[in-house]
Amino acid sequence: MKVSLHTPAAGWWWAVAVASLAAFPAIAAHFGQEYYVGLATRMLVFGIAATSLNLLVGYGGMVSFGHAAFFGTGAYAVAALADRGVAAPWIAWPIAMAVAAVLALAIGAAALRTRGLYFIMITLAFAQMVFYLVVSVKALGGDDGLSLAARGIGESALFYTALVLAVLAVYGLRRLANAGFGRALQGVRENEARMEAVGFPVLRIKLAAFTIAGAVAGISGALLATLNGRAGPGLLDWPQSGQLLVMVILGGVGQRFGGFIGAAVLLAMEEVLSPYWVHWQLVLGIVLLAVVLRAPRGLAGMLARG
Amino acid sequence: MTAALAAEQALNGLQLGLMLFLMAAGLTLVLGIMDTINLAHGSLYMTGAYLAAAVYAAAGSFLVAVVAAVAGTALIGALLEMTVLRALYRRDHLSQVLATFAIILIANETIRMIWGPQPVALPTPRALSGPVELLPGFLYPAWRLVLIAAGLGVAVLLFILVTYTRAGMRVRAGASNREMAEVMGVDVKRLFTVVFAIGAALCALAGALLGPLLAVQVGMGESILILAFVVVVIGGIGSIRGAFVGALLVGIVDTAGRALLFPALASIAIYVLMAAVLFWKPQGLFPARG
Repeated sequence: MKVSLHTPAAGWWWAVAVASLAAFPAIAAHFGQEYYVGLATRMLVFGIAATSLNLLVGYGGMVSFGHAAFFGTGAYAVAALADRGVAAPWIAWPIAMAVAAVLALAIGAAALRTRGLYFIMITLAFAQMVFYLVVSVKALGGDDGLSLAARGIGESALFYTALVLAVLAVYGLRRLANAGFGRALQGVRENEARMEAVGFPVLRIKLAAFTIAGAVAGISGALLATLNGRAGPGLLDWPQSGQLLVMVILGGVGQRFGGFIGAAVLLAMEEVLSPYWVHWQLVLGIVLLAVVLRAPRGLAGMLARG
Repeated sequence: MTAALAAEQALNGLQLGLMLFLMAAGLTLVLGIMDTINLAHGSLYMTGAYLAAAVYAAAGSFLVAVVAAVAGTALIGALLEMTVLRALYRRDHLSQVLATFAIILIANETIRMIWGPQPVALPTPRALSGPVELLPGFLYPAWRLVLIAAGLGVAVLLFILVTYTRAGMRVRAGASNREMAEVMGVDVKRLFTVVFAIGAALCALAGALLGPLLAVQVGMGESILILAFVVVVIGGIGSIRGAFVGALLVGIVDTAGRALLFPALASIAIYVLMAAVLFWKPQGLFPARG
């Protein structure tokens, strides 16, 4: 994969996209289609989570198959806090983010000793441990998960929060990619041994990226729990990690908007196809297969090529 | 815990381990020789179980059902390898994850379209549905004994095939250094197809044999797939011997954990085992690449 280390600023369409998204709740309300605000929020939330995974996979070359651990932990943290009477999102979300970050720091410290295929498997193993641990705790609702009694934030306020965080995620990814840390991270992706020999603290760089990605996944999970009004074990299980990976690869690995494009396309396909055909996943499978075989750089890569 | 209960749990662990070995053997070879992550391995297991259930319902003979399921799934596996997998060998692991994830979706929906969303019945053959008295006063289900015998038989056969035949030598050469094997004149393309078809056949055998114990339903492949990956990583990628030892370890740890601890903690135990193995032996117990 040939990727320039310097990520250019996005074009005018980036501003147009954000502006039209900002106007979206008003437009939806005008046509009486408030339902779609929830869908758009979901796309943004999954886009943030996928973008955090893209930082690991696309920029750091760390294929994590356990990102659901941080995503789900963020969701459960919000639900558990709400269960104890802490419903204010401005308190719960940062705590969820911090819990996910600490978990990512601990898992990363052990998992980053391995690389390649073994890294894929050990991240999966740790995520499954978290999954079974959470499911076994009665106070966290076991197999049923936890419901939030009150949401603590309005529908459109949640949408705008997700939008602001999404813009921050994309902007942060660009700033990071062009800063010394991001350059070093991409250097590690290209040639770890050489970076080590040149004197970069490779393990610390990877661990920092892993922790940042975990924290961002945690806050997106927190937003999702607030949106759905519940946190279920499915958010921690391995198919969730798989889905996030699919979003990243579908959208474009190492492409700044890849996570958002992948999340939007995947959720839109589900939304459009599932009411018409129960076997819509067959279509999804065929589309994914076609993308892998025909568009190796994902949809964002296809768009960039024109 | 009484001695009888301990013996029963040990046999259960052995039986689970041997079935996991059938799954992991193909998976570890595909990973080791072709350096390809195949998430769709569990779909072949599911296909085998459904084929066995269909043929058993039609023909009434379990033996015929198993043979048909194994042959049919091997054929499907060979076709899958020639149409999709072959295009993925030179791609990175990410593309392989996405493509084989797509195959899981396609396989699940196809099965759901043919057989519907409800689980399908695959009953134990009547002659083998009762218990057997192994020792005076110690009863054990006959069907589980069949599974143990079949698993051990296949393991011995595979061991002989891999260790003492020319084809097995080629497989081992491919696993330890693919480029070198290619240069030395091994027809790697054909070898890949054959290895993949054998892996599919072993999956189908496990699916058909486990069908009467577990539910034959859509999604059955995914839960066992993760266990099989755990086995492969513990054993060392590309090593049949490693897959055997890893499978028995996982089978026994899982069964013992369920008997001695809470079920949820037992599920954690195998992942702790895997993390521990990777921590001290990052290449697994029996690394194939020297």
